[in-house]
Amino acid sequence: MAPWLSRHRSTLVLAVLLVVLSIYSLFVGVIDLDTSAILAGDFEAIELLLISRLPRLLAIVCTGVGMSVAGLIMQQLCMNKFVSPTTGATISSAQLGILLALVFWPSATLWQRTILAFVFAILGTWVFVWFIQRIQFKDVVMVPLVGIMFGNVVGGITSFLAFRFDMTQSLSSWLVGHFSMVLRGRYEIVWLTLPLVVLAFVFANHFNIVGMGRDFSKNLGVPYNLVLFLGLTIAAMITASVVVVVGAISYIGLIVPNLVSMFKGDKIRGTLVDTALFGALFVLVCDLIGRLVIHPYELPIELIIGIIGSVLFVGLLLYRLNHGRKAIRLGAAGASSCAVSAQSAVQKKEGE
Amino acid sequence: MKIRQLLKQYDGKTVVDGVSFEIPKGKVLSLIGPNGAGKSTVMGMISRLVARDAGLVEFEGKDIKDWKSHQLSQRLAILTQSNHIQMKLTVRELVAFGRFPYTRGRNTPEDEQIIQQAIDYMELGPFQDRFIDELSGGQRQRAYIAMVIAQDTDYVLLDEPTNNLDIYHATNMMKIARRLCDELGKTVIMVLHEINYAAFYSDYICAFKDGKVAKFGTVEEVMTKETLSEIYRVDFEIQMVEGKPLSIYY
Repeated sequence: MAPWLSRHRSTLVLAVLLVVLSIYSLFVGVIDLDTSAILAGDFEAIELLLISRLPRLLAIVCTGVGMSVAGLIMQQLCMNKFVSPTTGATISSAQLGILLALVFWPSATLWQRTILAFVFAILGTWVFVWFIQRIQFKDVVMVPLVGIMFGNVVGGITSFLAFRFDMTQSLSSWLVGHFSMVLRGRYEIVWLTLPLVVLAFVFANHFNIVGMGRDFSKNLGVPYNLVLFLGLTIAAMITASVVVVVGAISYIGLIVPNLVSMFKGDKIRGTLVDTALFGALFVLVCDLIGRLVIHPYELPIELIIGIIGSVLFVGLLLYRLNHGRKAIRLGAAGASSCAVSAQSAVQKKEGE
Repeated sequence: MKIRQLLKQYDGKTVVDGVSFEIPKGKVLSLIGPNGAGKSTVMGMISRLVARDAGLVEFEGKDIKDWKSHQLSQRLAILTQSNHIQMKLTVRELVAFGRFPYTRGRNTPEDEQIIQQAIDYMELGPFQDRFIDELSGGQRQRAYIAMVIAQDTDYVLLDEPTNNLDIYHATNMMKIARRLCDELGKTVIMVLHEINYAAFYSDYICAFKDGKVAKFGTVEEVMTKETLSEIYRVDFEIQMVEGKPLSIYY
């Protein structure tokens, strides 16, 4: 019991925090909602909960889980810690897909629009990765820079088309992510992230091996290109289903996987659950801040995430500068994955 | 394992030209030669990492191309110079990947036991929960070898295993290669730059020059003044040390 507990301590803490804050978030909003009304069977209160508050919470959780896992997959597969749906042109490609649907296929349903967003997100990510594989940059920073440039080119095309067809208004809701429009019947697409995350968990070891390089994969009999593009497709689909519902949410896919890997390493099986939980928690906290600072109004979540995210990101860079890539150890066995670890960590300390 | 008339061209330039030899089972074979002689490319083609333009690599009576990738990875392991991997895996997690060809990631208690044996064999017990990017070059190289041991293949291919290692670690590396053959009964094939390591630790040497096999034979057959001088185009002296012909060049 004890080694199990210490191994999963971070997961447990994150899960408990997430549950507590989730329940709290249900009671934050313009209209007061209290438990006694719900328990008393107050129709309006239950209605509010089911139509607005609960969908919002679920959308937040799916977004946090989805974007951070998408970031984790992309970082592993591209062997670069600075690649994410934002810096890998995935988000901007999904936005282009949505705009094209709005312009050329006005009668498209939400589902049809989603499919177009999927196709473009996948294509955009593939093109980006194909490109960085062809060029083989030696410098780690070049890869995200190219991604940002590529994303801006795609974003430029999107803006141009939006201007030409008078769509800037409707586009803006997909450019800046926010949860204020999440209502029952309009957000369910974001649930698609969950089966995709499960799929990512199933292929976690494959992604790890592909992340070690082409030769390494071949040696272990893993088809490199197939797994690479499968993983990118999963990441792009997760991203697109979030963008369609809440719009662009940047930084999570970059920061959350990096922070978790500093504590728990890069073995995806060991970090995926923590990454997902931490992502959900991060988005939830940012959303609560956005809802509370100028209550009863609210700030778009993208703004809050942008501020907190960039501060954390600078912190991350400074930490890397001072400490290199050395991992942070949580207690005795926080960062390791087997039962023997507690013992050997103690030995290590004695040795020091 | 038979290699027949291998050919490889890059941009119209022939880098490997009609290479044929046979890999003796259960022995240590070293591929040596000057830079650009094609030894690493041949190694790549033997291990299916590099596509060949012509020729045949026959492994257990079947062309290596016709092997199913995951079946081949249970018989033949290749370690390239990919030690720049920037990934936070613990030694144990890395070694566990050696079982992947068998279990696709679902390791049984027996697999865990094999992993533990591999770690112990490479004397990595005290480091098994350390991240590989926190280890020294020599320790990291041993972690990769432990993975190959866990992969439990008959054939082990090492592409310049002593690269970037100091004399102490490089010599240890060579002793490990010898033990893989003597104690674990594996066929070891290495690409080496240091001729004397090849001479001291292998059974056979295949010397390359200009994309062709210049000489294939036992250590004694290849390590002669005439052969080496011709391949490397510098003067050599051969001296016997502990019954092995070592070369002095200047």
